Amino acid sequence: MQPNGTSERERLGHVRPAVWRNPLPEPRYGLVVVGAGPAGLVAAHGAAALGVKVALVERNLLGGDCLNTGCVPSKTLIRTSRLYAGMREAPHFGVPSPDGIRVDFPEAMRRLRDIRARMSGADSVQRLVEAGVHVFFGQGSFTSHDTLAVGGVTLRFNRAIIATGARPDSPSIPGLAEAGFLTNENVFALTELPRRLLVIGGGPLGCELAQAFSRLGSRTTIVQDWPLFLPREERDAAQILSTAFAREGIEVRLNTQVERVQVEGGEKRVDLVSDDFRSTVVVDAILTGTGRLPQLAGLDLEAAGVESDPVAGVKVNDFLRTTNRRIYAAGDVCAEYKFTHVADETARIAVRNALFLGRKRASSLIVPWCTYTDPEIAHVGLYVRQARERGIPVRTFTIPMNDVDRAIMDGEEAGFVKIHLLDGTDRILGATIVARHAGEMINEITLAMEARIGLSKLAHVIHPYPTQAGAIRMAADAYERTRLTAPVRSLLRRWLSVVTRVEAI
Amino acid sequence: MAVVTDDALLDRIQRDAFRYFPAASNPDNGLVADTTRDGSPCSIAVVGFALSSWPVAVERGWTDRATALASCLATLRFFRDSEQSEDPHATGYKGFYYHFLDMRTGARTWSSELSMVDTALLMAGALTAAAYFDREGGDEAELRAIVDALYRRIDWRWAQGGEATLRQGWKPESGYLHYGWDGYDEAIVLYVLAGGSPTNPIAKDSYGAWTLTYQWENLYGYEFLYAGPLFVHQYSHAWIDFRGIRDDFMREKRCDYFENSRRATEVQREYARRNPSRFSGYDENCWGLTACDGPGTHVMPAAGERRRWFGYAARGVPYGPDDGTLSGWASIASLPFAPAVAMRAAREMLRRYPEAWESGQCASSFNPTLAGDAGAWVSPGLFGLDQGVLVMMIENHRSGLIWKLMRNSPVVRKGLLRAGFSGGWL
Repeated sequence: MQPNGTSERERLGHVRPAVWRNPLPEPRYGLVVVGAGPAGLVAAHGAAALGVKVALVERNLLGGDCLNTGCVPSKTLIRTSRLYAGMREAPHFGVPSPDGIRVDFPEAMRRLRDIRARMSGADSVQRLVEAGVHVFFGQGSFTSHDTLAVGGVTLRFNRAIIATGARPDSPSIPGLAEAGFLTNENVFALTELPRRLLVIGGGPLGCELAQAFSRLGSRTTIVQDWPLFLPREERDAAQILSTAFAREGIEVRLNTQVERVQVEGGEKRVDLVSDDFRSTVVVDAILTGTGRLPQLAGLDLEAAGVESDPVAGVKVNDFLRTTNRRIYAAGDVCAEYKFTHVADETARIAVRNALFLGRKRASSLIVPWCTYTDPEIAHVGLYVRQARERGIPVRTFTIPMNDVDRAIMDGEEAGFVKIHLLDGTDRILGATIVARHAGEMINEITLAMEARIGLSKLAHVIHPYPTQAGAIRMAADAYERTRLTAPVRSLLRRWLSVVTRVEAI
Repeated sequence: MAVVTDDALLDRIQRDAFRYFPAASNPDNGLVADTTRDGSPCSIAVVGFALSSWPVAVERGWTDRATALASCLATLRFFRDSEQSEDPHATGYKGFYYHFLDMRTGARTWSSELSMVDTALLMAGALTAAAYFDREGGDEAELRAIVDALYRRIDWRWAQGGEATLRQGWKPESGYLHYGWDGYDEAIVLYVLAGGSPTNPIAKDSYGAWTLTYQWENLYGYEFLYAGPLFVHQYSHAWIDFRGIRDDFMREKRCDYFENSRRATEVQREYARRNPSRFSGYDENCWGLTACDGPGTHVMPAAGERRRWFGYAARGVPYGPDDGTLSGWASIASLPFAPAVAMRAAREMLRRYPEAWESGQCASSFNPTLAGDAGAWVSPGLFGLDQGVLVMMIENHRSGLIWKLMRNSPVVRKGLLRAGFSGGWL
C-alpha cells in the first residue's frame, strides 16, 4: 500500500495534481511530446525555451520511472543500505561496531519518499506551465499523421516526439502472477521489509536491489539464468560482484531458472532448476528484474504511420526520426540503452533534428553507464569482445584498486580500472571501472573519449593525491612506460651520458 | 648436510608425484581416482595425466615398459569397451566421457556432466601413450589402434551444440550446459584436438570464435593474455610445445603462448609480492594461486580477523578469489616457462612448509594464514591432477619428452594448423 503522507501529497501535487484541468488546445502545436519521463521533460522544456509552442501529454505521472519508480528511489534506498553495511563493517575501520544495529525500514522508506518529493519539484507541472508548456494528462493516441487525441480533444502538430518510456518485462513463470511479485513499479511502496526475498534476474536492477534489501536485513536469494551477473559486463567485473554478494551473505544461484511458483500457507515456494539439479526456496516476496519493454500501449502508432516492434520499440533511424517524417522518438521507447542519461541526450537530439534541421546522429553518442552495486560497475565505449568482433586490435591497461593508495585508505579495494586502447596507439576505445565510486570515475574517461584525448595525455593531467580516480592516472602512466622501448631507453642512456660528461667539464 | 642439486630435487618431486598413479589406479580397468580421499570417483582428466605420466616413468627408470604398457592398455581397453549411450549411467556418449566415473564399474557418477575439456585431457593422455608406445605389433600396436578408434569416434562438432564455440558439457537429463567457454583458459588443447579430428572436427571458425573472447592486458607492467588461475597457463602446455608457434592472436601481439605463460608466472609472483590482502607467507618466492582445494566455505577466525575461506575453487590473480591458499605444485609446474623463479619457489616452499609435502608428495594446497600447532593448514590427501601436471611439466623442463612426443602427433599438428598456428617447429 502506498503511504499517503505529506511527502507523497507533495510529490503527487507536483507530478499529478488531483485538481487539474487540461488546457484548451492551440490550433496547432510546433511540438507535441508524448510521455513526460526524463526524455519528454527534456524535450518539452528544451523546445519551449527556444520559443516553440509545446504540448506535453502524460497518462500517468510526470517524471516517469526515473523520479517515481526508478533511479531516484532506488539510489536513495541504496544509500541507506550502504550506511547499514558500513555500520556492520565499522570494526574494520577501527571503530567499535554500534550496539544492536536495528534496521528501521519504515524510516528508510520515509526518507526515500521525502527525497523523491523534494526532487519532484524539478519535474512539476508548475514548472512546465511557467515554461509555457501545455500539459495534458490522459492517454495520448495518434489519430493521423499529424494529430493526437487526448482527453477528448485533438492536438495538431508540426512535429511530435514519442517518449513514453518502458515498462518492466515480467517473466512468464507458471504461478508467478498468482503468487504476486514486485517490480520497480511497486517495490518502493513497500511498508514492511520482506523477511525473505527472492530476486529473479541478475541485471542491473536485480543486482542493485538484491544487495540493498540484503543489507537492510532481508534474507536474499538471487537467481540468474546466466553463469554470471550483468551478462553485458566484463567477466571480471561480474565475478567481483558475485564474490561481494557471497561475502555479504546473499545466496547466489547462477545458471539457474525459475520453474514455477506456488503459494502455501502465505509463503511463496519457488522451484528452481540448474541443469538437472532441482531445489525449492521459500520466500515472502519475489522481485523481478528481468529487463524492460517499450511502452507502446494505447498510442495507436499505426494511425500515424509509425512502425514499431514490441521488443525493440519505436523504429527510428540514426537521426531518431520514425517512419513518419513529422514524428521522432527519444528515450527508452526506442533506445537500446535504457538509461535516464540516454533519454536526456536522445531528447536533445530529437528536438534539434525535429525542429532545427539538425543532423545529429544517435550513434555518435558515447554513452557511459553504471550499475550502482557495491562496488559500482561503470562502463563506457567498447568492450574488448565488441572491438575484437569488429576486427579492432585491443590492448588493455589494468590497475587493480588494491594498488591505489586512496582505495586502500578507504578500505574500498575491490575492483579495477581497465582502459581499452586501440593497439599501437593511445586512443581510448572504452573502459570498465569497478570501484566504490566507479560512476563518478568513469566521467574522466568519457570526457577523454568525447574530446579525443588519448591515454598518454591523461598521464599529464594532475590528479589530487590521494583520490581513487588516481587509478586512471596510474593506467596512463603504465601506458607511458610501454613507450620506453629498448631503442628509446638506449637513446635516453646515451643522452644522460652526454649530459653528465658536459656537466663534468 | 649435502646440498641437493636442482635436478636431484626435481627428480625426487617428480618421482613422488608419479607414485600417485599406480597407487590410485584400479588395476582391473585402469581407472584412476580423482583424489586419495575415501570414496573418490575416477576423474577422466586424471586418467589423461596418468596415461601421459607412464612414459615418463619408463624413461626415468621408475618402472619398466611392460608394466607401463599394461597399465595404459587396461585403461584404454576399458574406454573402448564401456557403454557409450544416452543412458544416464553410461560411461560416455558421442565419444565423450562423463567427468566422474565409478572406480569399480566405470559408470557415470555424481550426476556429472559429459565433459568436453576433461575428455580432451583424457585423449591428450591417450595420444601421448600412443606416440610413446610405438613398437610394431603386439600390445603396443593394439594400444595405438584403440587410441585411434577412441579419437575417431568423438563427435566434436556435436559438442558445439549448434553454437560457434564448444559447449562446456552435456547431461542426459537436461542437454547441453547452457554456457560455453568465455575468455582464455585451459581449452586450447581441447580446440586443437577438436580441430584435428579426421572424422568429426569442429567448424573451422570455432577456434577463432573462442579467441574473440581473449583479453590482452597490461598488469603490473607485464603485457599478457589474461587469465587469473595459474593452471590455465599450464594445462595445455603440459602436452603442447607452444614455443615459437603462433595463432592469429599471438601474431597480432608478437608473442606466443609459452612466453605468455612466462609472463603470467611473473604476474603471479608480483601479486604475491604485493600481497594486497595481507595473507601470511606470500612473497616473491611463495606464490601459486590456482584451482585447488581450500579450507572450506565457512567463516573461521584467523589471525584475529574474520576472513572467508573457500573450498575447491579456481583461485586467481589479481581479482581472486584469494583466501591465502597457495599451491606448491602450481609454481613448480611453471618450471618450463620461468625455471629460475619456479625453482626458487620450490625450494622456499619446501623449506618453509614441509607439512604440505607429506611423504614427499605435494598437497593440493596449503594456507599459512590459517596456521595451527602443526603449521599451515594443508589440504588433506592428494589430487591426481596436481600430481600429473607436476610429473609432466617437470619432465618437459628436464627433457621435453612429452612435447617431443606430441610434436610428432599428426592429430596435434593438424589441429594446430587448423586453428591457424604456424611458425617454429610447426
